[in-house]
Amino acid sequence: MVAGALGACAGPGVGGSKLTVYAAASLTEAFRELGSTYEAAHAGSKVEFNFAGSQELRAQIEQGAKADVFASADLRNMKALEDKGTVSAARVFARNRLVVIVPADNRAGVKTLADLARPGLKLVMAQANVPVGQYGLQALDKLAADPAYGTEYKASVLQNAVSQENNVRAVVSKIALGEGDAGIVYATDAQSVGARVGTIEIPDAYNVVAEYPIAVVTGAAEAEQAKVWIELVLSEQGQAVLKRYGFVTN
Amino acid sequence: MDSSQIKAGGLLVRVMAGALVVFLSLPVAALILRAVPLGAGAWLDPATLAALELSLITASLSALLTLAVGTPAAWLLARNEFRGKAAIDTLIDLPMVLPPAVAGLALLMAFGRRGLTGPALSVLGVELPFTTAAVVIAETFVAAPFYVRAARVGFAGVDRKLEQMSALLGVSDARTFARITLPLAGPALVSGLMMTYARALGEFGATIMFAGNFPGRTQTMPLAIYAGLEGNLDSALALSLILVVVSFALLFGIRRVGGEYGVRNLRGTAPREYGM
Repeated sequence: MVAGALGACAGPGVGGSKLTVYAAASLTEAFRELGSTYEAAHAGSKVEFNFAGSQELRAQIEQGAKADVFASADLRNMKALEDKGTVSAARVFARNRLVVIVPADNRAGVKTLADLARPGLKLVMAQANVPVGQYGLQALDKLAADPAYGTEYKASVLQNAVSQENNVRAVVSKIALGEGDAGIVYATDAQSVGARVGTIEIPDAYNVVAEYPIAVVTGAAEAEQAKVWIELVLSEQGQAVLKRYGFVTN
Repeated sequence: MDSSQIKAGGLLVRVMAGALVVFLSLPVAALILRAVPLGAGAWLDPATLAALELSLITASLSALLTLAVGTPAAWLLARNEFRGKAAIDTLIDLPMVLPPAVAGLALLMAFGRRGLTGPALSVLGVELPFTTAAVVIAETFVAAPFYVRAARVGFAGVDRKLEQMSALLGVSDARTFARITLPLAGPALVSGLMMTYARALGEFGATIMFAGNFPGRTQTMPLAIYAGLEGNLDSALALSLILVVVSFALLFGIRRVGGEYGVRNLRGTAPREYGM
């Protein structure tokens, strides 16, 4: 990988290049760190990020936004672009899982998943077309399929939804601010925000594996650099960074 | 004045003005071209109609609230000089330049469950975030300054001598206000309210931060458009066109009223030409 990076640095047009990476909001900290690594390894080049809900990024790319790399929090948004040839073949570079978060002082006393169905609870979720929102609904389906929770569980929980945010970080901030009583986010988000929220685990049997694919955008201005970036993300170094932020790596 | 032809203004002036008109009309025209051919599904979607209804109701409530508290404020500012007036003026203007997301965050800090007034409100059984009331509060916060500013100019422009004459004739303050001040300031008040309504209708950032996004309860048209933009472009286009048409119709209608109001004949004074 080092040799590859050196080789790329020796190539033409590297100095002064600006790479544009569109990535899911949950990748913010991990990718920013990798961005610093990348810029240090390639003197004179810069990485610019656009972090947002994957569905929003996909819409922007569909409308012709000038992205070089797209990293999505789900296969669905990536596949939509792959099918149209808007991105080249994607590769999964990380996985994530869901947790329930509650405000640090947990005034509502949410301790178990069953508490989420308690009437009057304020649950903050992401919209259904946001990856984490979709995953959340899938997890609720799995829980409702288990007699321990019952078929009414999903409906009861969704009754408690007070807002449908359009990216996962908005859910996190509403809970961290204490405005919502509980939210469904990624394990990596819970780790990032640390002591400002409490966490309730969702057992593997009900949890969802979120797969994160990454691809070069067709016709990207910095196609070569995009490939270098993806190699960095897939490399041992990149995977170690992702793992440190709580992602499940290859 | 013959208004069927533009007589004044040289070529350059007309070209620049024309450029502005084109710049403003092209996006609207493009929207119409893309949205009109859409099938009925995009137009009659329950979420679309719910957002439309919610937007119209909350913007109306915001406008009414603004009228109620903004009119006295504007009148006091127009008629009085006092220490700290400049600060109050700036404070009232502030929401106009504040980024809406900042306004939303500030509202959360003030009225959220954990905000300054949160505990007190909770005792009264009121929790504002995620409610329709929060939408009205957010819209009023960002839109009220437009009305207050215009109303203040309107009140300041009323000839004090007319009011004094009225008082000399023994007419009560309240009646003087209603029959003299208000009609003369009318066009300014109406156009200020127009802007407030339009601003309230289009509010997004403060709403999504303070009130959240929930269909039927807090998902106003702009929020619904934003949500649709990422999953359903047809729906977003339909919503956008509805919003443009509704806004245009409302503004046009209110302008007609403002025009008549300004022309109303007051005890022999000549009709004003506002809006006509």
